[in-house]
Amino acid sequence: MTTAENLTEPASVGSPETVTVHSPAATNPPKEKTFWSRLASSFAMFRNPKSLTGLVILCVFVAVALLGDVLAPYGALEKDFTALRQAPSWTHLLGTTHMGEDILSQIIYGTRGVLIVGFLAGIIGTAIAVVMGVVAGYTKGWRSESLSAVTNVFLVIPGLPLIIIVASQFENPPLILIAAVLAATGWAWGARVLRAQTMSLRNRDFIQAARANGEPLHRIILVEMLPNLMAIIASSFVGTVTAAVLGLTTLAFIGVIPITNLNWGTILFWAQQNGAFPDFWWWYVPAGLCIAILGVALSLINFGIDEYVNPRLRSAGERARAMKKKGLDVNATMTVVRTVETPSRRQAGNTK
Amino acid sequence: MPDPLLTVHDFSIVYDVDPPVKAVKNVTLELQRGEILGLAGESGCGKTTLAYGLQRLLRAPAVIASGSVTFHDASGVDIDVNALNVEEMRRFRWDKISMVFQGAMNALNPVTTIGAQLDDVFRVHRPDLSRRERRAACEELLELVAVGRERIRSFPHELSGGMRQRVMIAMALALRPQLMVMVMDEPTTALDVLVQREILSQISMLRHEFGFSVIFITHDLPLLLEISDRIAVMRGGEIIELAPAREIWEHPQHEYTKTLLASFPRLTGERGVLVR
Amino acid sequence: MKIPVRFIASRSAFYLFTAWAAITINFFLPRMMAGDPVTAYMQRNAGQISPEAERSLRILFGLDQNTSVWEQYTGYWQLLFSGDLGRSFSNGLAPVGDIISSALPWTLGLVGIATIVSFVLGTATGALIGWRRGSKADVIVPISTFFSTVPYFWLGLIAIAVFSSTLGWFPASHAYDKGSSPVFTADFIGQVIAHGALPAITIVIASLGGWILGMRNMMLTVLDEDYITVAQAKGLPNRRVLWHYAARNAMLPQLSSFALSIGFIVGGTIVMEMVFSYPGIGKLLLDATNAKDYPLMQGVFLIITLAVLCANVLADVAYAILDPRTRQTEA
Repeated sequence: MTTAENLTEPASVGSPETVTVHSPAATNPPKEKTFWSRLASSFAMFRNPKSLTGLVILCVFVAVALLGDVLAPYGALEKDFTALRQAPSWTHLLGTTHMGEDILSQIIYGTRGVLIVGFLAGIIGTAIAVVMGVVAGYTKGWRSESLSAVTNVFLVIPGLPLIIIVASQFENPPLILIAAVLAATGWAWGARVLRAQTMSLRNRDFIQAARANGEPLHRIILVEMLPNLMAIIASSFVGTVTAAVLGLTTLAFIGVIPITNLNWGTILFWAQQNGAFPDFWWWYVPAGLCIAILGVALSLINFGIDEYVNPRLRSAGERARAMKKKGLDVNATMTVVRTVETPSRRQAGNTK
Repeated sequence: MPDPLLTVHDFSIVYDVDPPVKAVKNVTLELQRGEILGLAGESGCGKTTLAYGLQRLLRAPAVIASGSVTFHDASGVDIDVNALNVEEMRRFRWDKISMVFQGAMNALNPVTTIGAQLDDVFRVHRPDLSRRERRAACEELLELVAVGRERIRSFPHELSGGMRQRVMIAMALALRPQLMVMVMDEPTTALDVLVQREILSQISMLRHEFGFSVIFITHDLPLLLEISDRIAVMRGGEIIELAPAREIWEHPQHEYTKTLLASFPRLTGERGVLVR
Repeated sequence: MKIPVRFIASRSAFYLFTAWAAITINFFLPRMMAGDPVTAYMQRNAGQISPEAERSLRILFGLDQNTSVWEQYTGYWQLLFSGDLGRSFSNGLAPVGDIISSALPWTLGLVGIATIVSFVLGTATGALIGWRRGSKADVIVPISTFFSTVPYFWLGLIAIAVFSSTLGWFPASHAYDKGSSPVFTADFIGQVIAHGALPAITIVIASLGGWILGMRNMMLTVLDEDYITVAQAKGLPNRRVLWHYAARNAMLPQLSSFALSIGFIVGGTIVMEMVFSYPGIGKLLLDATNAKDYPLMQGVFLIITLAVLCANVLADVAYAILDPRTRQTEA
């Protein structure tokens, strides 16, 4: 494969220079660097509707995880043998299992298991990705090539089967181990993108200048490069968390993770084992939806970051809608004529 | 006696954003058959927008806000470009007016052969040609611009920058258009300048052979002085001076034209055309 | 046509390296953790294991304490080259190779077809959505995003609950009706299609979103390229500009990400097979996991990895055909 990370390419000059009207939001923040302005600018990537929506949903889940003990009406495994397999009611908002356990409470406590493992895996995976990606991108020659080869090996080797095998070797794998295994199979994509971005940064003026000034390598990487890689690091973190959440719930569903670690996948495992399908929808639909909603939230955050990094993506939809309001079609291959003296010709460019 | 090919009257282009940007303001000019018209000005002055706008190649939010463009076809029919519908416009393009774009690396589709990209033009505009006739025509074009017929199967990346530029010229010549618009804006390297010169000598040769008119767009005013019949100087979307090249050279009327002339270093190292 | 020696050489080196890495991981996995259950199994079944089978199990799991790791490693390679993947505990000590080869065609058929359909469909849809930017078709983007964040297995469970248990449109499990055996008759093929349709559709729906989104984003980038403007100035019809100029270029990065995601997709479909009780490699792996059948687990992982590598090679060949720049002979 040729390296096709178009992420890093500068916007090529389109037709006439004036046609590109969108603001170059991806250009790096100005040179005066106070700590605060830096901190503020590093949050700029989240300042768009998509990322904000995603963050809000994520915060709700985090709050549920933190306040689980307060929010959950029952204990996660508290059994009520008088209310088995009950449909949702006021006493059990999401119904009960075959053992009379309250499903809403299980989902609330399960959020904790999902988020802890997800974030742990995200942190470990991102750390590996940053080290591998930045070093591979900054160095040249065989070092860069071999790191990149290792990254590609991890991309190509199917992760889930490996995780299943590793997890099944343990009777009772601790959370940190599960997170580490999920991270070990999930860091490679981020490293690949980071490598490409670092390679393009390395040749920018300000890095060249820092190198010419004889700044030490760790300073160049930490102070000059990392702030410019924040968006991609964030996106790789979110990506790893997404993959880890999917991986964790899948593992729990298969039954290779002990049931003592309660998460949404465990609920689905119990539902599947105890014949919840298809009749007891309240048992399996909410847990799956939670996974999907968390996944959508994380994707939304990443879409926002993508659009921040590559403004063309954002402008496409927004501009098209703005144009439409003015009666213009961005896809028209012919310039619209809107001369005052010939109003009859107006619609010419819009037909398609 | 005047024999106009293209009449542009009170032509304006607006970018309908907030607030609207007037990129080209009330341009009026007349291009004669067989003439080379130079369009000069700094980058951002609207000269490229004007060239694209004449063929209605600009996408939204660009809007033609006033004026008319009339193409006086060799057949004697006058074509009101602004009144064409999409299908008519599609057929008009390249057949009557073709373009040579700058930066030929990006102007050619990198994943298909140059033969296929030449062939596209015939396939679409001359549907009655057989496959063999099209192939012969493509080979003839490549010979004409001295790229060589054996290059018909080459991909763009296999050609040098100069060769790619000549392929673009071959493509522009394909349908024997009556007008060729050349956008040679902003050469970035010394090599580009050399390539540009080479291209120009080829164009003026071909012009004698085929008799098309040329609108030549560059910010390199001295270059225009050498090859153009007339020169239009643009600033801020307006044509501020339009005169025969010799006039511009010897008696520039507008202050801006004078500064423009003075600002170009020559390859010989002296500063400014005026002290050449 | 020129033969891209450099391209082939560098790609082959990469695949050989990856295959070596996968096999080596496979070698070390049981040595790092298992061991005990295997010894226990062998002691329990001491009389039934043939000396030959015992020897290969010992090499696979490193039970020979008196040989060095290096000797074990070379012995392991010898076993692999002779096609011996050990014996399966849970299948009456049948050779792992035989068990895998009876399950592999089902997975290749189901996952292979579903993945290719999804890729082609998603890429074409993404190209159209990217081309008609801002049109009503944009709603496909959030919908397909939702479906691509849903876990495969859950979508499968819902699909079964709705379309087979409730509506009865499709059979819920297995690759063919109970009681019939694989033969080449129209009836049997019909059964295979009926049983494969629901899992295949589910895989397509779950993986479509990524392709649509990736292709759309690439189209938005490509549409700003000069050669698109040139194509339009040439007076080419929209359809030709879209497919021959824009999509033709936008699909190249799409193809590389296809190659890189095959491993991920295969991982997801493994669980699908369990949900649909589909007799393929994935179900084999999960059954082996539940039965603590280590030789089978190892063998399945090896085969999955090699299959993914083969798919990668094919994707690379397609890339080389589609992108003339990889065929460049000079450096």
